[in-house]
Amino acid sequence: MARMKFICDAERCIECNGCVTACKNEHEVPWGVNRRRVVTLNDGVPGEKSVSVACMHCSDAPCMAVCPVNCFYKTDEGVVLHDKDVCIGCGYCSYACPFGAPQFPSQGTFGVRGKMDKCTFCAGGPEENGSQAEFEKYGRNRLAEGKLPACAEMCSTKALLAGDGDVVADILRNRVVQRGKGAEVWGWGTAYGKQERKQEQHQERAREGTKS
Amino acid sequence: MKRISILVATMVVLTACGEKPQALGLPKSDAPAYAGTGSTFAAPGWKAGDKTAWEQHLKARQQSSQNDYSRMN
Repeated sequence: MARMKFICDAERCIECNGCVTACKNEHEVPWGVNRRRVVTLNDGVPGEKSVSVACMHCSDAPCMAVCPVNCFYKTDEGVVLHDKDVCIGCGYCSYACPFGAPQFPSQGTFGVRGKMDKCTFCAGGPEENGSQAEFEKYGRNRLAEGKLPACAEMCSTKALLAGDGDVVADILRNRVVQRGKGAEVWGWGTAYGKQERKQEQHQERAREGTKS
Repeated sequence: MKRISILVATMVVLTACGEKPQALGLPKSDAPAYAGTGSTFAAPGWKAGDKTAWEQHLKARQQSSQNDYSRMN
């Protein structure tokens, strides 16, 4: 299986906030914490665009790089998760994240800055799969129930796609071909790496291989 | 003999003064998603613990629920 990916098709998003509601309901996320939100660009101007934003589970996640206590880990499916028992709520991940994904509840262990909370791709956390402890800390583990993230499954226009990266790419490619526009996907290059950069790295490796 | 006993005593004293490990501890290991939850809420059509079945099930679910072109055509 390829890595799990999110993308939001801005040509389809109608800013209904169904994804936000689905997420909050599924995981019983506390008031003030938004694991997912809808951002509208050029609001009120003809041609405005909306995108649903949450943790993009980056291929080279900056939150993982800056965490001083190494509370992050990545699953085999490429989902970036964190251990709340290790998190100290310092907020470095919040500054590093280009998507504003890390959230800090105002009530909890550390007072005004509680332990970080973020989208888990509906994959829970390090506690036992499906346990009450996992639900209370990280929310429901839908992946382990054979389901996809609630936000994407609830999306009324299927603007938000989630799941195996190859299938996500196939679905979007088909749409773009059919409608003839909207190939740009907000956040894709930032989260998963630009194609040109990957090609450059590949060429660099090939050059190094020929030298040695 | 006296020298050896002093050496042993010194070692014991210094060991007591040794630092405890201060590592913050790595995140706990997480069970893979394909292991399932044992819950009755699991989607039918795959067997917990079977990675291939889980992957195929998720891909099929993704196509049927998110690819409206394949559903309509």
